[in-house]
Amino acid sequence: MSNDNTLSRRGLLMKLGILFNGIVATAIAVPIVRFLLSSITRGPANSYLAWVTLGSVAEFPEGETRLATFRNPNAMPTDGKTIDTACWVRRVAGDQFQVFAVNCAHLGCPVRWFPQSGLFMCPCHGGAYYRDGSRASGPPERGLFEYPNKVQNGLVTIQAGELPTPGSPTAALLGKKPPCA
Amino acid sequence: MRLISQIGEWFDRRLQLAAPIREVAEHRVPRNTASWWYIFGSGALTVFVLQIVTGILLAMIYVPSGGEAWSSLQSLNHEVTLGWFIRALHGWGSNFMVAIVLIHMVQVFLFGAYKFPRELTWIVGVFLLLMTLGMAFSGQVLRFDQDAYWGLGIGASIASRVAIIGPAAVKLMLGGPIIAGATLSRFFALHVFVIPGLLIGFVCLHLLMVVKLGINEWPMPGRLVKKATYEAEYHELTKKDGEPFVPYAVWKDMFFAAFILLAVAACAVYFGPFGPAGRPDPTIIQTAPRPDYFFLWLYALLSLLPPSMETPALLIGPVVAIAFLLLLPFLSGEGEKSWRRRPIAVLTILLLAISLGTLTHLSGYTPWSPHMNSWSGDPVPDRFLRGTTALQRQGALVFQGKQCRNCHSLGDAGGHRGPALDSVATRLTQDQLIRQVIQGGGNMPAYGKNLSPAETTALVSFLERLHPPNQAPARDASRDVAISETPETHAPAQP
Repeated sequence: MSNDNTLSRRGLLMKLGILFNGIVATAIAVPIVRFLLSSITRGPANSYLAWVTLGSVAEFPEGETRLATFRNPNAMPTDGKTIDTACWVRRVAGDQFQVFAVNCAHLGCPVRWFPQSGLFMCPCHGGAYYRDGSRASGPPERGLFEYPNKVQNGLVTIQAGELPTPGSPTAALLGKKPPCA
Repeated sequence: MRLISQIGEWFDRRLQLAAPIREVAEHRVPRNTASWWYIFGSGALTVFVLQIVTGILLAMIYVPSGGEAWSSLQSLNHEVTLGWFIRALHGWGSNFMVAIVLIHMVQVFLFGAYKFPRELTWIVGVFLLLMTLGMAFSGQVLRFDQDAYWGLGIGASIASRVAIIGPAAVKLMLGGPIIAGATLSRFFALHVFVIPGLLIGFVCLHLLMVVKLGINEWPMPGRLVKKATYEAEYHELTKKDGEPFVPYAVWKDMFFAAFILLAVAACAVYFGPFGPAGRPDPTIIQTAPRPDYFFLWLYALLSLLPPSMETPALLIGPVVAIAFLLLLPFLSGEGEKSWRRRPIAVLTILLLAISLGTLTHLSGYTPWSPHMNSWSGDPVPDRFLRGTTALQRQGALVFQGKQCRNCHSLGDAGGHRGPALDSVATRLTQDQLIRQVIQGGGNMPAYGKNLSPAETTALVSFLERLHPPNQAPARDASRDVAISETPETHAPAQP
């Protein structure tokens, strides 16, 4: 039996036991947490992004907007069809391109291109964008997300690999800001 | 018979469970709680057990892989014997569970059961509601079809708007930079291990407290809860006017349990399983994703809020709502229990029910979504074409060809995103029509760059015809004056 001031042998052993368990638990928790957060902490910033090819320049007539698909640079064997992503490619003139994400800047639904009216329309909440991707009307607070693109050896390539969402840092750099109202 | 009782005694000598079970079964409850109003808690538990059983059965066939989930659901629907029925039971069970949990919560709220000493029972219940909704959402993801794929995108778009940690939250939620195989696997782990494990633990806690603290007595107007005296009063009540829970109250729970299982099974047989809808192929963009029934109100809210309100409402709204639910027993832990003397409580429930009902009803026909095929599919009503000039007919073609119809209806066909145009000529003059078409505004895109002057002229001449026969088109009075001064100018249509 021990009073408040003395520590019995059993009491000390129990406290040491707790301490020992605490150390082991921390040692195991570190890799567990790192595993859980691995999709966030992976490498340096934007390490998911890579340049992917959409096709040759000739596939995209000047002045028109066409749907293209590309394979994601970070493929996993269990991805199935979700490995592919669609995007809207607008060939402005010559080697000048604009490549838009299909995801509406509001909540990410797939927007459709209507060449007759020169508008992208979203089937979910009715967001609309002009042919250059800038916001036309509806709930989106900004224009369509745009992938950085370049033409190399006659091939249109874009920097992709992340789902564009309104809050992502890559999205903040790209695409049209809402025009002044 | 003697053998059975001997076996029973053998087990009980080792398990020692008979006495506590008898104690729970025979604990006295106030007579008036043996009411049909008190059956929803056990009803929710019944459906939860059904969900566990059918969920385990589905997991025997289902493959949580981005490449195979959809086809494994197809085999469940079409190849595995009665696979469709188990899927339907699980899907309908989910709908019933959300509904019963909500009804249970409303009943508990209106009967003041969250007040002292049952505060913690209520708080655990709030977590049970959140987990039930979490199960509903993650379950929709496991039905890995187009709606699930784009629904995840919507979830990611919402999560990304959280300040500072938004982008990281998206990657954590998706298990990577995009919606893909890792996303499905992670939602599988949530839906099958994490949330159900927590649910079982919290249900046990919830039940333990119900048994230990006693079922909430029928609230009598004027009988106020006071922390100092309540427990003694309740004890007195169960002694004077109490009955053993089994069988006095439990028979109603049993009837309701059987009824609810029958109802789920009937819906499963009659309506069948939910989906899966189209294959989750991100390159097929001809799709308009819709959430499951219990999230439709949110879908409606997101289209009706002004854009500037959206992010605050999405991010702050749920936090405030959950905080309010958790704090409720501390804000009014004593006092009146009866809904007859709590008008604000009743009005709150009515307001919420009407709002959620209206939003859900609206999402049934989504007036905010453009009709993507109206421009090519919906005919222009005869009455707007009869006796038209070539220019006006040309205008009708422009109207259809430029997809105006996707947002503007004529004769009730077409989109409802913008105003119906059946009588637009009575509201806008020629000048106003031209201005609206070219510059847009009021949530309409500007068509100035996409219409030639000839197309605009034709379109406006068609729009000027859109008025009821007995109602004159709008006219610009100042123009009449100007025209009377220069008689050779083309005169506007007279009423």
